[in-house]
Amino acid sequence: MALVDPVVPPTRRNVEAVLILLAVAVALGAYALVGLAVTGRPPPGMIGYAAGLALLAGAVHVVLRMRARYADPVLLPIATAINGIGLVVIHRLDLAEGRSFTQSLAFKQLIWTAVGVAAAVAVLLLLRDHRVLRRYTYTAMVAGLALLLLPLLPLLGHTINGARLWIRIGPLSFQPGELAKIFLTVFFAGYLVTARDSLSLVGRKVLGLQLPRARDLGPILVAWLASLGVLVFERDLGTSLLFFGLFVAMLYIATERTSWIVIGLLLFASGAFLAWTSFAHVQKRVDIWLHPFAHNLADASYQLVQGLYGMASGGLLGTGLGNGRPDLVPFAESDFIVAAIGEELGLTGMFALLLLYALMVERGLRTAIGVRDGFGKLLAAGLAFSVALQCFVVIGGVTRVIPLTGLTTPFLAYGGSSLVANWMIVAILLRISDSARRPAQSPAGAVTGAGPAPSPAVVTR
Amino acid sequence: MNGPIRRLAAVVAVLFGSLLISVTYVQFVAAQTLNDHPGNVRTLYREFGRERGPILVAGSSVAVSVPVKDPYKFQRTYPGGTMYSHLTGFYSVVYGATGMEAAANDLLSGTSDRLFYRRIRDLFTGQHPQGASVEMTIDPKLQQVAWDALGDQKGAVVALDPKTGDVLAMVSKPAFNPNVLASHDIAAVRKARAALLADPDRPLEDRAIDSRLYPPGSVFKLVTAAAALSSGNYTPDSVLPGPATLDLPQTSATLSNDFPGPCAPGGRITLADALRISCNTAFASLGMALGDDALREQATKFGFGQDLKIPLTVTPSIFPPNLNAPQTAQAAIGQFDVRVTPMQIAMVSAAIANHGVLMRPNLVRRVRSADLEVIDQPAPEPMSQAVSPEVAQQLTDMMIGVVESGTGRRAQIDGVTVAGKTGTAQTAKGQPPHAWFTAFAPAEDPQIAVAVVVENGGQLGDAASGGRVAAPIARQVIEAAVKR
Repeated sequence: MALVDPVVPPTRRNVEAVLILLAVAVALGAYALVGLAVTGRPPPGMIGYAAGLALLAGAVHVVLRMRARYADPVLLPIATAINGIGLVVIHRLDLAEGRSFTQSLAFKQLIWTAVGVAAAVAVLLLLRDHRVLRRYTYTAMVAGLALLLLPLLPLLGHTINGARLWIRIGPLSFQPGELAKIFLTVFFAGYLVTARDSLSLVGRKVLGLQLPRARDLGPILVAWLASLGVLVFERDLGTSLLFFGLFVAMLYIATERTSWIVIGLLLFASGAFLAWTSFAHVQKRVDIWLHPFAHNLADASYQLVQGLYGMASGGLLGTGLGNGRPDLVPFAESDFIVAAIGEELGLTGMFALLLLYALMVERGLRTAIGVRDGFGKLLAAGLAFSVALQCFVVIGGVTRVIPLTGLTTPFLAYGGSSLVANWMIVAILLRISDSARRPAQSPAGAVTGAGPAPSPAVVTR
Repeated sequence: MNGPIRRLAAVVAVLFGSLLISVTYVQFVAAQTLNDHPGNVRTLYREFGRERGPILVAGSSVAVSVPVKDPYKFQRTYPGGTMYSHLTGFYSVVYGATGMEAAANDLLSGTSDRLFYRRIRDLFTGQHPQGASVEMTIDPKLQQVAWDALGDQKGAVVALDPKTGDVLAMVSKPAFNPNVLASHDIAAVRKARAALLADPDRPLEDRAIDSRLYPPGSVFKLVTAAAALSSGNYTPDSVLPGPATLDLPQTSATLSNDFPGPCAPGGRITLADALRISCNTAFASLGMALGDDALREQATKFGFGQDLKIPLTVTPSIFPPNLNAPQTAQAAIGQFDVRVTPMQIAMVSAAIANHGVLMRPNLVRRVRSADLEVIDQPAPEPMSQAVSPEVAQQLTDMMIGVVESGTGRRAQIDGVTVAGKTGTAQTAKGQPPHAWFTAFAPAEDPQIAVAVVVENGGQLGDAASGGRVAAPIARQVIEAAVKR
């Protein structure tokens, strides 16, 4: 009758606390540098800024300690760090444009950060187990599509810079596409985990590839048409690319079949070609991408060219926060905030930023591997991949790897809907990671540090 | 599902890897090219944001940066005004830089490699980066005299110190006001420049060193005489044919003197006298006897065809290649396709004055860093041995004759021995000739060598000659130099 002392794995919440302090310190340092460079004195409200950021991150941290003790310790500090740096760069742009505090974009971004954190806390508190979401698969689909199509409504819908992505309620502008991203990811995960058998097992073998049945092509074709629809009617290349890429990736994960990737790439290529031949605005984007310095495109490519000039003038170490001219780039606070960071923080700063994002995605994928149920895997992997794809599309557009789209970088860019949606993504990932890292319920019961029992929903692998 | 997730992670790694590569490309590999792009204003703003060093003449600024409250932070002003406009050039937001502003740009803007350690030190001490100051060799008094003497006429005056090659004065008229072009009001600058470019008198061109070159006319006879004396077959007393008209071989064309009749009774004249009265036929036949190769070689020794930076770029003067006999004859008297800058002619006189040694012309006396430490003080540099000291002495004696009793009498100065040569260069048919004069003084111990060209005869027009129009200008400059 040997007693086995169960080993209680560490929750790592203390590590998280230290990392949050580090993140706040980095953001505070950046804020101080901007103030020193632009005005020659340390900026006012340094303590307030640090305290505010620490408070917001701390709130999530406390909720994690209470409700998701085993959550991943790195996700929250990274989100805090990127958000904090984004706030500082937006503030720096405010100073360059001479905006007063109440009119400033930084102030609005700060408010949206608070809203985002509140949403994250709400998600963590209300969503006890991620598998609950599986029950709402088709609800999520309807909600997602509705949010995607909302900007097409005549009264609410609103075109900014040629893309009809916005709705306006009173003074507030909102991008429902960002929230739609989360709902549709939930839908994809739920649908794929159910249909994966028929999608992966049935079908003929052609040229070494296991092809699916014609009727099983239905869903991917629907997804393809929907993303083309977004492209055509809302004129947004980025969102359609993101959704389609996300769906194909999740399809591949669910079915483990490479043929889906091949089909997906073919559909994407044909869709892209169709779009290029039929739409002037797509052709223009491609032209600007290929020949940004051509004289006849000078007006259209101005943003891209100024972004490139800005980043080049930053060089290896950057011009230093507050010493560059990021305000020469149009929309430097949203679309091209990466160019502003490249200019002022240099190549080293860009590397640091890219690595932060890569780390965030890596933690998400690690969560996907670690969680035990199929729905959780798909959801976590999908959310993580959406962050990766979004970063690639945005930064790739700014550095001319691919044509520019309308997407913005998560956590960094000015934009309330994007910020709130991304904090919710982090909250869901934290919830799933808690479930992944939580030690399994031992048959003997109570001695482990496990939290509440898993929900009675059916658990499938 | 873990397998595909891991593979997806590899795809993510590839995506981020490609971003790392693309960012490195933009910010490191292609950074210099992008920064140098013509449309890139950031480089301008950064350049302008730095305090640019002044350009000085005898301790006072002719170009200086004044702090202002606008995005450019500093306004470049030109206290020297139009008189120094071609020397300083202008430093413009829209049109870049010309003149010394361009030639010494890396020193003035503080980006020169010679200022590297200072920049590093400024980085640590947090000091504002400042450019170095460039002091020119110009003597302000001589510059003013040359400017006033040229008056309303178009042309140029170049004065050199024969012993060191220092440029003592360099005037080109018409000139322009560099302050207008350095203004931060871009619309005004564009308008002003368009007006300057449309001006048929071409005020932006520096006629002294860098514009459409002039035919030298008879001042080139100095080179022909030098070639003859250096060949060893001629002395100043050698007798040359000097008829009224010379038949040019291989053609039906003839060549005549600027005055009616032969150069001397009997149609024969010594080399020295031929130079004194500027006899075309004598020098034409001398040129044909020497052959174009000898003339070209002598011209090259005097600096023809050489790329010269003082540090402003001097357009190389031309002695055309592959000449046949009649062309050689005309080239020997400075016509046909021979083309020179006034700087080149001043160099000829300076070499003769300095015992045959041509010193490299130089505009920079001293370069000081912002904390007044001397970074550079160019030493005089010999460029070539144009003629031997004996030939130089022979030429000097002949040139003294020109001024004492020849075509250059209007350059005589009381109590000073002036050695000179006139030139009246024919230009296009129907156009008045260019009036040339070059001289150095005092002949025993030369302190200054001058070249003056007055375009299209200046105020005298068709009646102009080197002696009548250009010599008085040179006299004033020499007088101011010798009597200071």
